[in-house]
Amino acid sequence: MIELLKTFMNGLFQPSIALTLTIVAVAAMYRYRRIVTQNKLVASLVVASPVLFFAISAFDENFWIQFKRPDNIPIAGMMFLVVFFTWFALKLAVDNDDRIREGRPPKEAEPEEEEKVFVWPDLVYSELLCLLLVSILLVVWSILIPAPLEEPANPQLTPNPSKAPWYFLGLQEILVYFDPWLAGVVIPTFIIIGLMAIPYLDTNPKGNGYYTFEERKSEVFLFQFGFLVLWVFLVFEGTFLRGPNWNFYGPYEYWDAHKLVPLTNVQLSEFIWARWLGIGLPSFWLVREFFGIVLMLGYFVALPVWLASSFLRKYFEQMGMFRYVIFSHLLLWMILIPIKMYLRWTVNLKYFVAIPEFLFNI
Amino acid sequence: MAEAEAQKATATATAHGGTNRRDFLASFPFVTTAWVAFTGALTGVGAASLRFLYPNVLYEPPQQFKVGLPTDFQIGEVSTGFKDRFGVWVVRNEEGFYALITVCTHLGCTPNWLATENKFKCPCHGSGFYTSGINFEGPAPRPLERAAITLADDGQISVDKSQKYLFEKGGWDDPNSFLPFSA
Repeated sequence: MIELLKTFMNGLFQPSIALTLTIVAVAAMYRYRRIVTQNKLVASLVVASPVLFFAISAFDENFWIQFKRPDNIPIAGMMFLVVFFTWFALKLAVDNDDRIREGRPPKEAEPEEEEKVFVWPDLVYSELLCLLLVSILLVVWSILIPAPLEEPANPQLTPNPSKAPWYFLGLQEILVYFDPWLAGVVIPTFIIIGLMAIPYLDTNPKGNGYYTFEERKSEVFLFQFGFLVLWVFLVFEGTFLRGPNWNFYGPYEYWDAHKLVPLTNVQLSEFIWARWLGIGLPSFWLVREFFGIVLMLGYFVALPVWLASSFLRKYFEQMGMFRYVIFSHLLLWMILIPIKMYLRWTVNLKYFVAIPEFLFNI
Repeated sequence: MAEAEAQKATATATAHGGTNRRDFLASFPFVTTAWVAFTGALTGVGAASLRFLYPNVLYEPPQQFKVGLPTDFQIGEVSTGFKDRFGVWVVRNEEGFYALITVCTHLGCTPNWLATENKFKCPCHGSGFYTSGINFEGPAPRPLERAAITLADDGQISVDKSQKYLFEKGGWDDPNSFLPFSA
């Protein structure tokens, strides 16, 4: 019975299923936000879900091996913090939405909330307390669970699996699906530029200084999609589901370095020319990659134009041409990442456009 | 009161026939000096940083080395013994020998030879290569590179890593990238 459940859970943590479930869970949390924040049983279950998952899973000896690693313990803590604070912010937002619907100001605008306090002593005092408590926590933690030290570095021996620091595991995951210059340079740059661009693209003054969801639904969901799904989930996946040879392992599966996973990748050009047209690859790269180039041009040039007159019409009219072009491209790059991941997991697609002649791959 | 003192000071200076301390201090180009010192310090720090980028001792394994007699290798064998010392795998197939450089073409990690699965597998992002060095799984965009392999005068196989042969540039057709076996 337990074994059956573990097999089922391992199946649930297959990357394609786990990513889908994460997206569905985030969407459901916002769709049923009233139940999630106001029904006490559901709220407790949501907030406690990471604790329950890690506490129950720790009884499994394979999960325990990974869980007890000194560098993985903070990830479990982070999962709890992320879920709790996401839920807490949603609760404050739902409360405010109710107040606004009744014609009252948001809670943050109430006179007693507007009271100001002094930097000295109020703020500095609590900062001092936080500093002391965090220092004690870190000292005790580092004594009880020493940081792992490995053998001296050897350029001929890469640890297996070789993992980035936890905050880069999302990027390391993206590196599996994209060319290094895209996943290592272009996409991180877009993430930073995109975050900096938010105040210039999203000029809706609602929600300034108070929590709300109903006044900015798509904006909140879009940000949380990027943060919870494309960052936090990928950190979890990289920590607990990626094992030797960078293969996927279920949470209760032993990390067998000899696990045989067939992953023979196929380029889009090979799909089209060899499998569908059955005439073999043309030798000249422009002809060979013609369909991939057309597809990418369609995605990055034609699609924003079409979206401007359909789904994103509201944004196009609000933002104007220049800001809409930036917004739509940042959005399309963000969505391309899960699209590419799904295609790799389902049909082993390697690159849409692959020109090894001058190292250009998308 | 202050005015009176200032007048007195000027009077003293005039009496001595030169500039007084206040005028001297006011005329000294402090700002220029500060900028010159700042620029000098910055140049020094910059030069020291640049110097720091070049290591005092450089560990470089020999680029050209001998790996043994052709008869030492079994057909179908991937020799992993030279990986630590020289950073190559020497592969013996039906026809002869070639030397693959142990650097993943994705981001430069060192792949492992998995004998049971008959492939090279990189632990960093899961790139996989056939025995020939051709990439077939994971993100690696091109095959592993081959090193020049020739027969030395003493009958041993000699590998030269300074000469690399890239599949996508047609380098694997070069006679130096492959050593046919002759008994």
